[in-house]
Amino acid sequence: MAKKLMPALLMARVRAVLFHRRVVFGIPFVWLLLFFLLPFALVLKISFSSAVMAIPPYEPVFSFVDNTFSVAVNFSNYLFLLSDSLYIAAYWGSVKIAVVATLVCLLIGYPMAYAMARASARMQLVLLLMVMLPSWTSFLIRVYAWMGILGNQGLLNNLLMWLGIINEPLRMLNTNFAVVLGIAYAYLPFMVLPIYTNLVKLDVRLLEAASDLGCRSLTTFWSITLPLSKAGIIAGSMLVFIPAVGEFVIPELLGGPDTLMIGKVLWEEFFNNRDWPVASSLAMVMLALLLIPIVLFHRFQAREMEKHG
Amino acid sequence: MVRSRAFSFSKIMLALGLLFLYLPMFVLIVYSFNASRLVSVWAGFSTQWYGELLRDRQILSAVWMSLRIAFYSASMAVCLGTLCAFVMTRFKRIRGHTLLSSMISAPLVMPEVITGLSLLLLFVQMAQTIGWPVDRGMATIWIAHTTFCSAYVAVVVSARLREVDRSMEEAAMDLGCTPLKTFFVITLPVIAPALVSGWLLAFTLSLDDLVIASFVSGPGATTLPMVVFSSVRMGVSPKINALATIIIIVVSLVAFVAWYLMRRSEEKRKRS
Repeated sequence: MAKKLMPALLMARVRAVLFHRRVVFGIPFVWLLLFFLLPFALVLKISFSSAVMAIPPYEPVFSFVDNTFSVAVNFSNYLFLLSDSLYIAAYWGSVKIAVVATLVCLLIGYPMAYAMARASARMQLVLLLMVMLPSWTSFLIRVYAWMGILGNQGLLNNLLMWLGIINEPLRMLNTNFAVVLGIAYAYLPFMVLPIYTNLVKLDVRLLEAASDLGCRSLTTFWSITLPLSKAGIIAGSMLVFIPAVGEFVIPELLGGPDTLMIGKVLWEEFFNNRDWPVASSLAMVMLALLLIPIVLFHRFQAREMEKHG
Repeated sequence: MVRSRAFSFSKIMLALGLLFLYLPMFVLIVYSFNASRLVSVWAGFSTQWYGELLRDRQILSAVWMSLRIAFYSASMAVCLGTLCAFVMTRFKRIRGHTLLSSMISAPLVMPEVITGLSLLLLFVQMAQTIGWPVDRGMATIWIAHTTFCSAYVAVVVSARLREVDRSMEEAAMDLGCTPLKTFFVITLPVIAPALVSGWLLAFTLSLDDLVIASFVSGPGATTLPMVVFSSVRMGVSPKINALATIIIIVVSLVAFVAWYLMRRSEEKRKRS
Protein backbone atom coordinates (compact mmCIF):
# COMPACT_ATOMS: atom_id res chain seq x y z
CA MET A 1 0.00 0.00 0.00
CA ALA A 2 2.69 2.37 1.04
CA LYS A 3 4.42 1.79 -2.24
CA LYS A 4 1.40 2.95 -4.19
CA LEU A 5 1.05 6.06 -2.13
CA MET A 6 4.65 7.03 -2.79
CA PRO A 7 4.98 9.24 -5.84
CA ALA A 8 6.96 7.75 -8.69
CA LEU A 9 9.53 10.52 -8.43
CA LEU A 10 10.28 9.71 -4.83
CA MET A 11 10.62 6.03 -5.66
CA ALA A 12 13.18 6.92 -8.29
CA ARG A 13 15.08 8.98 -5.71
CA VAL A 14 15.08 6.15 -3.21
CA ARG A 15 16.30 3.77 -5.88
CA ALA A 16 19.10 6.18 -6.81
CA VAL A 17 20.20 6.47 -3.19
CA LEU A 18 20.18 2.70 -2.76
CA PHE A 19 22.18 2.29 -5.96
CA HIS A 20 24.81 4.76 -4.75
CA ARG A 21 25.00 2.97 -1.45
CA ARG A 22 25.60 -0.33 -3.15
CA VAL A 23 28.42 1.13 -5.25
CA VAL A 24 30.02 2.85 -2.26
CA PHE A 25 29.87 -0.41 -0.34
CA GLY A 26 30.76 -2.69 -3.23
CA ILE A 27 34.05 -1.22 -4.46
CA PRO A 28 36.04 -1.42 -1.21
CA PHE A 29 34.31 -4.68 -0.31
CA VAL A 30 35.42 -6.43 -3.50
CA TRP A 31 38.93 -4.94 -3.24
CA LEU A 32 39.38 -6.16 0.35
CA LEU A 33 37.85 -9.52 -0.39
CA LEU A 34 40.30 -10.00 -3.23
CA PHE A 35 43.43 -8.50 -1.69
CA PHE A 36 42.93 -9.14 1.98
CA LEU A 37 40.70 -12.15 2.67
CA LEU A 38 41.53 -14.32 -0.34
CA PRO A 39 45.32 -14.12 0.33
CA PHE A 40 44.75 -15.53 3.81
CA ALA A 41 42.79 -18.43 2.36
CA LEU A 42 45.74 -19.08 0.06
CA VAL A 43 48.22 -19.05 2.95
CA LEU A 44 46.02 -21.59 4.71
CA LYS A 45 45.85 -23.73 1.57
CA ILE A 46 49.56 -23.70 0.91
CA SER A 47 50.38 -24.47 4.53
CA PHE A 48 48.84 -27.89 3.83
CA SER A 49 50.98 -28.43 0.76
CA SER A 50 54.52 -29.73 0.52
CA ALA A 51 57.56 -28.09 -0.97
CA VAL A 52 58.85 -29.19 -4.37
CA MET A 53 61.52 -27.88 -6.70
CA ALA A 54 59.26 -26.12 -9.15
CA ILE A 55 57.71 -22.77 -9.96
CA PRO A 56 55.81 -22.07 -7.75
CA PRO A 57 57.68 -24.22 -5.23
CA TYR A 58 54.77 -26.13 -3.73
CA GLU A 59 52.52 -29.04 -4.66
CA PRO A 60 48.91 -28.31 -5.57
CA VAL A 61 46.44 -29.06 -2.78
CA PHE A 62 43.38 -29.32 -4.99
CA SER A 63 43.80 -31.25 -8.20
CA PHE A 64 41.40 -32.16 -10.94
CA VAL A 65 42.73 -35.12 -12.87
CA ASP A 66 40.66 -37.58 -14.96
CA ASN A 67 37.42 -36.00 -13.87
CA THR A 68 38.11 -36.69 -10.24
CA PHE A 69 38.54 -33.89 -7.83
CA SER A 70 41.07 -34.73 -5.17
CA VAL A 71 42.26 -32.84 -2.14
CA ALA A 72 45.71 -33.63 -0.84
CA VAL A 73 45.94 -32.21 2.62
CA ASN A 74 48.95 -33.00 4.69
CA PHE A 75 49.69 -31.77 8.13
CA SER A 76 53.38 -32.53 7.83
CA ASN A 77 54.36 -28.85 7.98
CA TYR A 78 52.59 -28.35 11.26
CA LEU A 79 54.06 -31.56 12.66
CA PHE A 80 57.45 -30.36 11.48
CA LEU A 81 57.02 -27.09 13.38
CA LEU A 82 56.20 -29.06 16.52
CA SER A 83 59.09 -31.46 16.12
CA ASP A 84 61.76 -28.80 15.68
CA SER A 85 62.47 -26.96 18.90
CA LEU A 86 63.77 -23.96 16.93
CA TYR A 87 60.27 -22.87 15.95
CA ILE A 88 58.75 -23.23 19.39
CA ALA A 89 61.71 -21.32 20.81
CA ALA A 90 61.20 -18.60 18.20
CA TYR A 91 57.49 -18.20 19.05
CA TRP A 92 58.27 -18.12 22.74
CA GLY A 93 61.12 -15.65 22.18
CA SER A 94 58.91 -13.33 20.12
CA VAL A 95 56.18 -13.29 22.73
CA LYS A 96 58.68 -12.68 25.54
CA ILE A 97 60.40 -9.80 23.74
CA ALA A 98 57.08 -8.28 22.64
CA VAL A 99 55.68 -8.42 26.20
CA VAL A 100 58.76 -6.78 27.70
CA ALA A 101 58.84 -4.10 24.98
CA THR A 102 55.11 -3.41 25.46
CA LEU A 103 55.64 -2.97 29.22
CA VAL A 104 58.57 -0.61 28.61
CA CYS A 105 56.41 1.39 26.19
CA LEU A 106 53.59 1.53 28.71
CA LEU A 107 55.86 2.67 31.54
CA ILE A 108 57.34 5.48 29.43
CA GLY A 109 54.22 6.24 27.39
CA TYR A 110 51.60 6.48 30.14
CA PRO A 111 53.25 9.34 32.07
CA MET A 112 53.93 11.09 28.76
CA ALA A 113 50.28 10.84 27.71
CA TYR A 114 49.22 11.94 31.18
CA ALA A 115 51.38 15.07 31.08
CA MET A 116 50.15 15.82 27.55
CA ALA A 117 46.51 15.57 28.56
CA ARG A 118 47.17 18.00 31.42
CA ALA A 119 48.92 20.61 29.28
CA SER A 120 47.16 23.71 27.94
CA ALA A 121 45.09 23.28 24.77
CA ARG A 122 47.67 25.09 22.66
CA MET A 123 50.55 23.13 24.10
CA GLN A 124 48.68 19.86 23.55
CA LEU A 125 48.68 20.39 19.79
CA VAL A 126 52.41 21.08 19.75
CA LEU A 127 53.16 18.05 21.91
CA LEU A 128 50.93 15.89 19.74
CA LEU A 129 52.88 16.92 16.66
CA MET A 130 56.16 16.25 18.46
CA VAL A 131 55.12 12.74 19.46
CA MET A 132 53.74 11.85 16.03
CA LEU A 133 56.53 13.36 13.94
CA PRO A 134 59.13 10.60 14.48
CA SER A 135 56.67 7.95 13.33
CA TRP A 136 56.25 9.76 10.01
CA THR A 137 59.96 9.68 9.27
CA SER A 138 61.43 6.41 8.13
CA PHE A 139 61.00 3.47 10.50
CA LEU A 140 64.04 1.76 9.01
CA ILE A 141 66.23 4.79 9.58
CA ARG A 142 65.10 5.24 13.15
CA VAL A 143 66.05 1.64 13.90
CA TYR A 144 69.33 2.11 12.04
CA ALA A 145 70.16 5.13 14.22
CA TRP A 146 70.52 2.80 17.20
CA MET A 147 73.18 0.76 15.39
CA GLY A 148 75.52 3.76 15.57
CA ILE A 149 74.64 4.43 19.19
CA LEU A 150 74.79 0.92 20.65
CA GLY A 151 77.74 -0.55 18.74
CA ASN A 152 81.04 -1.48 20.39
CA GLN A 153 82.62 1.61 18.84
CA GLY A 154 79.34 3.44 19.21
CA LEU A 155 78.39 6.66 20.88
CA LEU A 156 77.05 5.20 24.13
CA ASN A 157 80.08 3.01 24.79
CA ASN A 158 82.41 5.89 24.07
CA LEU A 159 80.46 8.11 26.41
CA LEU A 160 80.43 5.56 29.22
CA MET A 161 84.16 4.93 28.85
CA TRP A 162 84.89 8.64 28.80
CA LEU A 163 82.91 9.04 32.01
CA GLY A 164 84.95 6.23 33.49
CA ILE A 165 81.92 4.06 34.30
CA ILE A 166 83.21 1.14 32.26
CA ASN A 167 86.71 0.20 31.14
CA GLU A 168 85.95 -1.81 28.05
CA PRO A 169 83.02 -1.57 25.63
CA LEU A 170 79.82 -3.25 26.73
CA ARG A 171 78.23 -5.53 24.18
CA MET A 172 74.88 -3.86 23.58
CA LEU A 173 74.26 -4.14 19.86
CA ASN A 174 73.18 -7.60 18.65
CA THR A 175 71.56 -8.53 21.94
CA ASN A 176 67.97 -8.96 23.09
CA PHE A 177 68.38 -5.75 25.06
CA ALA A 178 68.92 -3.85 21.81
CA VAL A 179 65.84 -5.49 20.26
CA VAL A 180 63.61 -4.53 23.20
CA LEU A 181 64.99 -1.00 23.15
CA GLY A 182 64.48 -0.75 19.39
CA ILE A 183 60.86 -1.95 19.56
CA ALA A 184 60.09 0.37 22.48
CA TYR A 185 61.63 3.26 20.58
CA ALA A 186 59.90 2.58 17.27
CA TYR A 187 56.44 1.91 18.72
CA LEU A 188 56.33 4.46 21.56
CA PRO A 189 54.09 6.95 19.64
CA PHE A 190 51.51 4.19 19.08
CA MET A 191 51.31 3.68 22.84
CA VAL A 192 51.13 7.37 23.74
CA LEU A 193 48.42 8.32 21.25
CA PRO A 194 45.49 6.07 22.31
CA ILE A 195 46.20 6.70 26.00
CA TYR A 196 46.30 10.44 25.39
CA THR A 197 42.97 10.45 23.48
CA ASN A 198 41.49 8.50 26.35
CA LEU A 199 42.88 10.70 29.14
CA VAL A 200 41.94 13.93 27.41
CA LYS A 201 38.26 12.91 27.46
CA LEU A 202 38.41 12.11 31.16
CA ASP A 203 35.78 14.02 33.12
CA VAL A 204 37.79 16.43 35.26
CA ARG A 205 34.88 16.86 37.67
CA LEU A 206 35.48 13.32 38.96
CA LEU A 207 39.04 14.23 39.89
CA GLU A 208 37.94 17.50 41.48
CA ALA A 209 35.28 15.70 43.49
CA ALA A 210 37.87 13.21 44.70
CA SER A 211 40.29 15.89 45.76
CA ASP A 212 37.51 17.92 47.43
CA LEU A 213 36.61 14.84 49.42
CA GLY A 214 40.18 14.64 50.63
CA CYS A 215 41.59 12.03 48.28
CA ARG A 216 45.33 12.26 47.88
CA SER A 217 46.52 12.64 44.33
CA LEU A 218 48.11 9.21 44.17
CA THR A 219 44.94 7.56 45.48
CA THR A 220 42.88 9.53 42.96
CA PHE A 221 45.15 8.28 40.22
CA TRP A 222 44.90 4.63 41.25
CA SER A 223 41.18 4.59 41.90
CA ILE A 224 39.89 6.94 39.18
CA THR A 225 42.31 7.88 36.42
CA LEU A 226 43.89 4.49 35.83
CA PRO A 227 40.66 2.41 35.70
CA LEU A 228 39.02 4.98 33.42
CA SER A 229 41.92 4.91 30.98
CA LYS A 230 41.83 1.12 30.69
CA ALA A 231 40.52 1.27 27.11
CA GLY A 232 43.42 3.45 26.03
CA ILE A 233 45.94 1.18 27.72
CA ILE A 234 44.51 -1.89 25.99
CA ALA A 235 44.48 -0.22 22.58
CA GLY A 236 48.01 1.11 22.96
CA SER A 237 49.34 -2.21 24.20
CA MET A 238 47.76 -4.10 21.31
CA LEU A 239 49.13 -1.59 18.79
CA VAL A 240 52.60 -2.29 20.16
CA PHE A 241 52.37 -5.99 21.03
CA ILE A 242 50.82 -7.41 17.85
CA PRO A 243 53.24 -5.92 15.29
CA ALA A 244 56.16 -6.49 17.70
CA VAL A 245 55.54 -10.27 17.72
CA GLY A 246 55.94 -10.44 13.96
CA GLU A 247 58.68 -7.83 13.76
CA PHE A 248 61.44 -8.53 11.25
CA VAL A 249 63.51 -5.37 10.73
CA ILE A 250 64.39 -4.73 14.38
CA PRO A 251 65.65 -8.23 15.28
CA GLU A 252 67.49 -8.37 11.96
CA LEU A 253 69.35 -5.09 12.49
CA LEU A 254 69.69 -4.90 16.27
CA GLY A 255 69.39 -8.54 17.31
CA GLY A 256 72.17 -11.09 17.52
CA PRO A 257 72.54 -14.78 16.79
CA ASP A 258 70.73 -15.65 20.02
CA THR A 259 67.73 -13.46 19.16
CA LEU A 260 65.04 -15.85 18.04
CA MET A 261 61.97 -14.12 16.71
CA ILE A 262 59.32 -15.65 14.52
CA GLY A 263 59.17 -12.85 11.95
CA LYS A 264 62.86 -13.33 11.21
CA VAL A 265 62.52 -17.12 11.07
CA LEU A 266 59.60 -16.82 8.63
CA TRP A 267 61.59 -14.44 6.44
CA GLU A 268 64.57 -16.81 6.34
CA GLU A 269 62.35 -19.82 5.68
CA PHE A 270 60.80 -17.98 2.76
CA PHE A 271 63.71 -16.12 1.18
CA ASN A 272 66.71 -18.29 2.10
CA ASN A 273 65.28 -21.83 2.23
CA ARG A 274 62.53 -21.11 -0.31
CA ASP A 275 60.21 -23.38 1.65
CA TRP A 276 56.88 -21.66 1.03
CA PRO A 277 54.66 -24.28 2.71
CA VAL A 278 56.64 -24.12 5.96
CA ALA A 279 56.63 -20.31 5.84
CA SER A 280 52.85 -20.42 5.31
CA SER A 281 52.28 -22.72 8.25
CA LEU A 282 54.51 -20.48 10.38
CA ALA A 283 52.30 -17.54 9.38
CA MET A 284 49.12 -19.48 10.21
CA VAL A 285 50.39 -20.44 13.67
CA MET A 286 51.46 -16.84 14.29
CA LEU A 287 48.01 -15.66 13.28
CA ALA A 288 46.38 -18.18 15.62
CA LEU A 289 48.66 -16.95 18.40
CA LEU A 290 47.70 -13.35 17.75
CA LEU A 291 43.99 -14.03 17.28
CA ILE A 292 43.00 -13.16 20.84
CA PRO A 293 44.93 -9.86 20.93
CA ILE A 294 43.58 -8.94 17.48
CA VAL A 295 39.97 -9.66 18.49
CA LEU A 296 40.53 -7.67 21.67
CA PHE A 297 41.76 -4.74 19.61
CA HIS A 298 38.79 -4.93 17.24
CA ARG A 299 36.27 -5.04 20.06
CA PHE A 300 37.88 -1.94 21.47
CA GLN A 301 37.85 -0.19 18.08
CA ALA A 302 34.19 -1.03 17.51
CA ARG A 303 33.22 0.19 20.96
CA GLU A 304 35.08 3.46 20.47
CA MET A 305 33.29 3.98 17.16
CA GLU A 306 29.87 3.33 18.66
CA LYS A 307 30.62 5.78 21.43
CA HIS A 308 31.19 8.57 18.92
CA GLY A 309 28.88 7.50 16.12
CA MET B 1 41.46 21.54 36.33
CA VAL B 2 43.17 19.86 39.21
CA ARG B 3 46.22 21.81 40.34
CA SER B 4 49.28 20.80 38.45
CA ARG B 5 52.70 21.42 39.85
CA ALA B 6 55.44 22.97 37.77
CA PHE B 7 57.58 19.84 38.04
CA SER B 8 55.68 16.64 38.40
CA PHE B 9 56.75 13.09 37.68
CA SER B 10 54.69 12.96 34.50
CA LYS B 11 56.14 16.20 33.13
CA ILE B 12 59.68 14.99 33.68
CA MET B 13 58.77 11.71 31.95
CA LEU B 14 57.31 13.63 29.03
CA ALA B 15 60.53 15.61 28.63
CA LEU B 16 62.65 12.46 28.91
CA GLY B 17 60.37 10.59 26.51
CA LEU B 18 60.66 13.31 23.89
CA LEU B 19 64.43 13.33 24.40
CA PHE B 20 64.41 9.55 23.88
CA LEU B 21 62.43 10.00 20.66
CA TYR B 22 64.57 12.76 19.20
CA LEU B 23 68.12 12.11 20.41
CA PRO B 24 68.88 9.17 18.06
CA MET B 25 67.66 11.17 15.05
CA PHE B 26 69.73 14.15 16.17
CA VAL B 27 72.80 11.90 16.40
CA LEU B 28 72.23 10.71 12.83
CA ILE B 29 72.03 14.28 11.58
CA VAL B 30 75.24 15.27 13.36
CA TYR B 31 77.15 12.26 12.07
CA SER B 32 76.03 12.84 8.51
CA PHE B 33 78.39 15.84 8.55
CA ASN B 34 81.30 13.86 9.94
CA ALA B 35 84.30 13.74 7.63
CA SER B 36 85.32 10.35 9.01
CA ARG B 37 83.72 7.10 7.94
CA LEU B 38 83.76 5.86 11.54
CA VAL B 39 81.17 6.72 14.16
CA SER B 40 83.75 6.79 16.94
CA VAL B 41 85.87 9.62 15.58
CA TRP B 42 84.85 13.14 14.76
CA ALA B 43 87.14 14.27 11.95
CA GLY B 44 85.61 17.63 11.28
CA PHE B 45 82.70 19.06 9.36
CA SER B 46 82.18 17.89 5.81
CA THR B 47 79.40 17.55 3.31
CA GLN B 48 81.17 14.93 1.22
CA TRP B 49 78.63 12.18 2.02
CA TYR B 50 75.85 14.29 0.54
CA GLY B 51 77.86 14.61 -2.66
CA GLU B 52 78.41 10.87 -2.77
CA LEU B 53 74.73 10.27 -2.11
CA LEU B 54 73.72 12.46 -5.05
CA ARG B 55 76.11 10.57 -7.34
CA ASP B 56 74.75 7.16 -6.32
CA ARG B 57 72.61 6.11 -9.29
CA GLN B 58 71.16 3.07 -7.53
CA ILE B 59 69.83 5.15 -4.64
CA LEU B 60 68.49 7.88 -6.93
CA SER B 61 66.55 5.47 -9.12
CA ALA B 62 65.19 3.74 -6.00
CA VAL B 63 64.05 7.13 -4.67
CA TRP B 64 62.21 7.84 -7.92
CA MET B 65 60.60 4.38 -7.88
CA SER B 66 59.50 4.76 -4.25
CA LEU B 67 58.08 8.24 -4.82
CA ARG B 68 56.00 7.07 -7.79
CA ILE B 69 54.67 4.02 -5.93
CA ALA B 70 53.87 6.14 -2.87
CA PHE B 71 52.03 8.71 -5.01
CA TYR B 72 49.84 6.13 -6.75
CA SER B 73 49.24 4.10 -3.58
CA ALA B 74 48.30 7.14 -1.51
CA SER B 75 45.89 8.40 -4.19
CA MET B 76 44.14 5.05 -4.54
CA ALA B 77 44.14 4.51 -0.78
CA VAL B 78 42.37 7.85 -0.27
CA CYS B 79 39.59 6.77 -2.66
CA LEU B 80 39.14 3.32 -1.12
CA GLY B 81 39.63 4.50 2.45
CA THR B 82 37.04 7.26 2.05
CA LEU B 83 34.49 4.80 0.67
CA CYS B 84 35.19 2.52 3.63
CA ALA B 85 34.86 5.41 6.05
CA PHE B 86 31.42 6.19 4.57
CA VAL B 87 30.31 2.59 5.01
CA MET B 88 31.67 2.49 8.56
CA THR B 89 30.03 5.70 9.72
CA ARG B 90 26.89 6.00 7.62
CA PHE B 91 25.68 2.61 6.41
CA LYS B 92 25.50 0.79 9.70
CA ARG B 93 22.68 -1.49 8.67
CA ILE B 94 23.93 -2.63 5.27
CA ARG B 95 24.62 -6.37 5.00
CA GLY B 96 28.33 -7.10 5.31
CA HIS B 97 29.00 -3.97 7.36
CA THR B 98 30.77 -5.91 10.13
CA LEU B 99 32.86 -7.92 7.68
CA LEU B 100 34.00 -4.79 5.87
CA SER B 101 34.84 -2.97 9.10
CA SER B 102 36.93 -5.87 10.37
CA MET B 103 38.67 -6.29 7.01
CA ILE B 104 39.57 -2.61 6.87
CA SER B 105 40.88 -2.33 10.42
CA ALA B 106 42.80 -5.64 10.41
CA PRO B 107 45.84 -4.30 8.48
CA LEU B 108 46.40 -1.74 11.26
CA VAL B 109 47.83 -4.39 13.51
CA MET B 110 48.61 -7.29 11.17
CA PRO B 111 52.32 -8.26 11.29
CA GLU B 112 53.89 -7.20 8.00
CA VAL B 113 55.47 -10.57 7.28
CA ILE B 114 52.01 -12.18 7.21
CA THR B 115 50.52 -9.51 4.92
CA GLY B 116 53.52 -9.69 2.60
CA LEU B 117 53.54 -13.47 2.38
CA SER B 118 49.80 -13.72 1.82
CA LEU B 119 49.81 -11.13 -0.97
CA LEU B 120 52.74 -12.78 -2.71
CA LEU B 121 50.94 -16.13 -2.67
CA LEU B 122 47.90 -14.39 -4.17
CA PHE B 123 49.95 -12.86 -6.99
CA VAL B 124 51.62 -16.18 -7.76
CA GLN B 125 48.24 -17.91 -7.83
CA MET B 126 46.80 -15.16 -10.03
CA ALA B 127 49.69 -15.46 -12.47
CA GLN B 128 48.95 -19.17 -12.72
CA THR B 129 45.20 -18.90 -13.18
CA ILE B 130 44.62 -15.70 -15.14
CA GLY B 131 48.10 -14.97 -16.43
CA TRP B 132 48.48 -11.70 -14.59
CA PRO B 133 50.80 -10.37 -13.17
CA VAL B 134 53.51 -11.80 -15.41
CA ASP B 135 56.27 -9.93 -13.58
CA ARG B 136 55.94 -8.69 -10.08
CA GLY B 137 57.01 -5.09 -9.61
CA MET B 138 55.47 -1.68 -9.40
CA ALA B 139 51.88 -2.83 -9.99
CA THR B 140 51.97 -5.52 -7.33
CA ILE B 141 53.62 -3.20 -4.79
CA TRP B 142 50.97 -0.60 -5.63
CA ILE B 143 48.15 -3.07 -4.88
CA ALA B 144 49.79 -4.20 -1.64
CA HIS B 145 50.43 -0.67 -0.42
CA THR B 146 46.98 0.56 -1.40
CA THR B 147 45.41 -2.22 0.63
CA PHE B 148 47.20 -1.52 3.89
CA CYS B 149 47.24 2.29 3.49
CA SER B 150 43.45 2.33 2.99
CA ALA B 151 43.06 1.15 6.56
CA TYR B 152 44.86 4.21 7.90
CA VAL B 153 42.97 6.57 5.58
CA ALA B 154 39.67 5.02 6.70
CA VAL B 155 40.52 5.70 10.35
CA VAL B 156 41.46 9.35 9.67
CA VAL B 157 38.48 10.09 7.41
CA SER B 158 35.86 8.31 9.52
CA ALA B 159 36.95 10.32 12.57
CA ARG B 160 36.20 13.48 10.57
CA LEU B 161 32.96 12.15 9.06
CA ARG B 162 31.54 11.52 12.52
CA GLU B 163 31.91 15.20 13.36
CA VAL B 164 30.26 16.48 10.18
CA ASP B 165 26.92 18.17 10.62
CA ARG B 166 24.56 16.19 8.42
CA SER B 167 21.83 18.79 8.18
CA MET B 168 23.56 20.48 5.21
CA GLU B 169 23.67 17.20 3.31
CA GLU B 170 20.06 16.48 4.10
CA ALA B 171 19.05 19.92 2.95
CA ALA B 172 20.89 19.46 -0.35
CA MET B 173 19.24 16.08 -0.89
CA ASP B 174 15.82 17.50 -0.06
CA LEU B 175 16.38 20.24 -2.64
CA GLY B 176 16.96 17.60 -5.29
CA CYS B 177 20.69 17.03 -5.35
CA THR B 178 21.74 13.51 -6.30
CA PRO B 179 23.82 11.69 -3.67
CA LEU B 180 26.88 12.04 -5.91
CA LYS B 181 26.45 15.78 -6.32
CA THR B 182 25.75 16.21 -2.61
CA PHE B 183 29.01 14.45 -1.88
CA PHE B 184 31.07 16.64 -4.19
CA VAL B 185 29.41 19.96 -3.33
CA ILE B 186 28.73 19.60 0.39
CA THR B 187 30.63 16.73 2.00
CA LEU B 188 33.92 16.85 0.12
CA PRO B 189 34.88 20.42 1.06
CA VAL B 190 34.14 19.67 4.70
CA ILE B 191 36.24 16.50 4.88
CA ALA B 192 39.00 17.79 2.59
CA PRO B 193 41.52 18.40 5.42
CA ALA B 194 41.06 14.79 6.55
CA LEU B 195 41.60 13.60 2.99
CA VAL B 196 44.82 15.60 2.77
CA SER B 197 46.17 14.26 6.06
CA GLY B 198 45.06 10.75 5.08
CA TRP B 199 46.89 11.10 1.77
CA LEU B 200 50.06 12.34 3.47
CA LEU B 201 49.93 9.53 6.01
CA ALA B 202 49.45 6.93 3.27
CA PHE B 203 52.29 8.48 1.27
CA THR B 204 54.76 8.22 4.15
CA LEU B 205 53.62 4.70 5.01
CA SER B 206 54.13 3.53 1.45
CA LEU B 207 57.48 5.31 1.17
CA ASP B 208 58.65 3.61 4.35
CA ASP B 209 57.56 0.03 3.81
CA LEU B 210 60.28 -2.57 3.49
CA VAL B 211 58.80 -5.92 4.44
CA ILE B 212 55.66 -6.04 2.29
CA ALA B 213 57.45 -4.56 -0.74
CA SER B 214 60.24 -7.14 -0.42
CA PHE B 215 57.71 -9.96 -0.59
CA VAL B 216 55.65 -8.72 -3.52
CA SER B 217 58.41 -7.10 -5.58
CA GLY B 218 60.22 -8.68 -8.48
CA PRO B 219 63.73 -8.23 -9.81
CA GLY B 220 62.77 -5.12 -11.77
CA ALA B 221 61.52 -2.97 -8.93
CA THR B 222 63.78 -1.92 -6.07
CA THR B 223 62.35 0.61 -3.65
CA LEU B 224 64.37 2.94 -1.43
CA PRO B 225 63.88 0.99 1.82
CA MET B 226 65.19 -2.14 0.08
CA VAL B 227 68.38 -0.33 -0.96
CA VAL B 228 68.78 1.20 2.50
CA PHE B 229 68.18 -2.13 4.20
CA SER B 230 70.69 -4.07 2.14
CA SER B 231 73.25 -1.34 2.82
CA VAL B 232 72.73 -0.98 6.59
CA ARG B 233 72.72 -4.75 7.07
CA MET B 234 76.48 -4.48 6.52
CA GLY B 235 76.81 -1.85 9.23
CA VAL B 236 76.80 1.91 9.69
CA SER B 237 77.29 3.86 6.48
CA PRO B 238 77.81 7.63 6.31
CA LYS B 239 75.94 7.86 3.01
CA ILE B 240 72.84 6.46 4.69
CA ASN B 241 73.29 9.03 7.48
CA ALA B 242 73.14 11.76 4.84
CA LEU B 243 70.04 10.19 3.30
CA ALA B 244 68.44 9.90 6.73
CA THR B 245 69.11 13.57 7.42
CA ILE B 246 67.42 14.59 4.17
CA ILE B 247 64.42 12.37 4.92
CA ILE B 248 64.07 13.67 8.49
CA ILE B 249 64.29 17.30 7.39
CA VAL B 250 61.85 16.94 4.48
CA VAL B 251 59.31 15.02 6.56
CA SER B 252 59.55 17.51 9.42
CA LEU B 253 59.04 20.46 7.10
CA VAL B 254 56.07 18.93 5.28
CA ALA B 255 54.50 17.76 8.54
CA PHE B 256 54.96 21.14 10.13
CA VAL B 257 53.48 23.05 7.19
CA ALA B 258 50.54 20.64 6.89
CA TRP B 259 49.95 20.84 10.62
CA TYR B 260 50.09 24.63 10.63
CA LEU B 261 47.70 25.00 7.68
CA MET B 262 45.27 22.55 9.21
CA ARG B 263 45.39 24.38 12.52
CA ARG B 264 44.55 27.64 10.78
CA SER B 265 41.62 26.25 8.82
CA GLU B 266 40.32 24.59 11.97
CA GLU B 267 40.47 27.85 13.90
CA LYS B 268 38.74 29.67 11.07
CA ARG B 269 36.01 27.01 11.00
CA LYS B 270 35.47 27.26 14.73
CA ARG B 271 35.29 31.04 14.63
CA SER B 272 32.69 31.18 11.88
